[in-house]
Amino acid sequence: MAVRRLSPDQPAKFAFTPENAAWAKAIIAKYPPGKQASAVIPLLWRAQEQHQGWLPEPALRLVADMLGLAYIRVYEIATFYTMFQLAPVGLKAHVWVCGTTPCMLRGAEALVEVCRRRIHHDPHHVSEDGDFSWEEVECLGCCANAPLVQIGKDTYEDLTPELLEKVLDGYAKGKPPKPGSQTGRQASCPEGGPTTLRDYVK
Amino acid sequence: MALSDKDRIFKNLYGFQDWRLAGAKARGAWDNTKALIDKGHDWMIAEVKNSGLRGRGGAGFPTGLKWSFMPKSDPRPNYLVINADESEPGSCKDREIMRHDPHLLIEGALLASFAMRAHASYIYVRGEFVRERERLEAAVAEAYAARLIGKGNIHGWDFDLLIHHGAGAYICGEETALLESLEGKKGMPRLKPPFPANVGLFGAPTTVNNVESIAVVPDILRRGATWFAGIGKPNNTGTKLFQISGHVEKPCVVEEEMGVPLRELLDRHAGGVRGGWNNLLAVIPGGSSMPLLPADICQTLTLDFDTLTKLKSGMGTAAVIVMDKSTDIIAAIRRIAYFYKHESCGQCTPCREGTGWMWRVLQRMERGEAEKREIDLLWDVSTRVEGHTICALGDAAAWPIQGLIRHFRGEIEARIDRRQTEQREAAE
Ligand SMILES: Cc1cc2nc3c(=O)[nH]c(=O)nc-3n(C[C@H](O)[C@H](O)[C@H](O)COP(=O)(O)O)c2cc1C
Ligand code: SF4
Ligand code: FES
Repeated sequence: MAVRRLSPDQPAKFAFTPENAAWAKAIIAKYPPGKQASAVIPLLWRAQEQHQGWLPEPALRLVADMLGLAYIRVYEIATFYTMFQLAPVGLKAHVWVCGTTPCMLRGAEALVEVCRRRIHHDPHHVSEDGDFSWEEVECLGCCANAPLVQIGKDTYEDLTPELLEKVLDGYAKGKPPKPGSQTGRQASCPEGGPTTLRDYVK
Repeated sequence: MALSDKDRIFKNLYGFQDWRLAGAKARGAWDNTKALIDKGHDWMIAEVKNSGLRGRGGAGFPTGLKWSFMPKSDPRPNYLVINADESEPGSCKDREIMRHDPHLLIEGALLASFAMRAHASYIYVRGEFVRERERLEAAVAEAYAARLIGKGNIHGWDFDLLIHHGAGAYICGEETALLESLEGKKGMPRLKPPFPANVGLFGAPTTVNNVESIAVVPDILRRGATWFAGIGKPNNTGTKLFQISGHVEKPCVVEEEMGVPLRELLDRHAGGVRGGWNNLLAVIPGGSSMPLLPADICQTLTLDFDTLTKLKSGMGTAAVIVMDKSTDIIAAIRRIAYFYKHESCGQCTPCREGTGWMWRVLQRMERGEAEKREIDLLWDVSTRVEGHTICALGDAAAWPIQGLIRHFRGEIEARIDRRQTEQREAAE
């Protein structure tokens, strides 16, 4: 378990944009009647995306009201699931560095050092310019492309410290590099070309 | 004998080809699916039973048998829930299925749901797999548009497929935690019984299966149970996606036959162990939960459920984590222990307290700052977590540590000796 608390600094209000409100209505309708609570993770996720990457407390209450849930139920969800950010994150990128053993064996600790030096010594702290923040996360399910980071929806794989610096430079300039392997290999195919199914390589 | 390409199911594993419906059809998906459905529910379950398919999500439970537990006439709806939470460290195969061959999974979902008389199925995708989920959603939309699934589809079995997602919690891969999460709650595993086949999603009969288990079903039904059963070894049949990470020259995911020798797998597909086979220290053969095996056992090791269980390890998800002689083995297991501490849902005291305690002791052992008697104490505590909790995360946290002590006790002791010598010398 990890201790996770809401930030003491909170905005006064949160409301979905009209587009997101319409989207939320459609999501709730996906689940059987009376089972609208199932929509809680997708709705909170959308709120976080709308609110510069972190989930403010008024959004928890809004989502609870939309789904007819007690506030405590939604607080529980927000603090249980670690992808919900409970305090502000970097405006250009919040970097997840995978630190679990398969990534560690291939140099994840050196990636953490890059983040410490470039962003902030401690995880979950925004850099001085407000643009970046980072945290070490558990296995991202891409271990054959270790080590890697995920920023927002995308993974940057097969990294070295130098390649991570380049990825971060790209985000700093507002021009993120192409996601996936940063050494140019195809998905989780062995480096240098497949050992199987060669007829299927176009 | 290595698996030949004609027996491979995942022909677009690396995404060299088109993932869309047209591409999938060209590779053989959705080919007269109606003929399979016309053979009936019971034929389908029998065929999957006879194929010998065992669950690909970690536990290896026979898939056909599991399907047969679903009620045949119940006033409540039956559900199939597909587990795409893929979070076991070392595992990265379901990701490749979802982003490169999603139609195999969608067709499998229709067939498995039909076999179990379910008209609706949910796929629970881990929150971090955003791109994979987007790809899957696009493929599902294609399948609806082509009337392959949905109400009044061309196969004559009404079927809805819904994609759901989590938000970062390994424990939601445990099937009952997954159901809780899907119902909009914290992912806390349920006490069993009742089992999901009786009381599952929304209180209705439910079967939870892994992505790979479902995605291989269309090929099994089309090519026949005997084809699948003829690959691999008795009781360990079929093809399997192996995920090779760590200290190999070329980490990769690859489809091979069950029971492939470890050395052959690594040499043929992963460029071998970094620095050569003699540089191997140990492997974790099935994902982080499975106890490691040292190099001397690896020489002739084959990768299948029965062999690995006999060696007090396990096939798990077939995530092979390779460690060469440069590895600090205590640190490697300490990091796994931290993972389980971080991911414990906290509702059972042995797991909540035990995972943290074991991690802290391993941190000291890594630095040699422990007493030798603590090695036995650590073993003892691990056995008090194992088997004494609501879900198998407690076991998963205990086993890697037991593997370390079983095979590397000498290393832990040597480090304690070294540290004590250093301290003595510093004091003099
Ligand atoms: C802590 C824990 C995590 C698990 N994570 C996963 C997972 O990510 N994916 C998965 O398919 N099964 C996972 N399982 C196994 C599931 O509970 C379940 O056995 C499996 O999805 C059944 O599918 P199968 O019969 O097709 O293997 C996990 C089990 C435990 C105890
Ligand atoms: S064993 Fe651990 S993860 Fe599983 S239910 Fe108990 S506390 Fe939760
Ligand atoms: S350990 Fe980093 S992706 Fe699996």
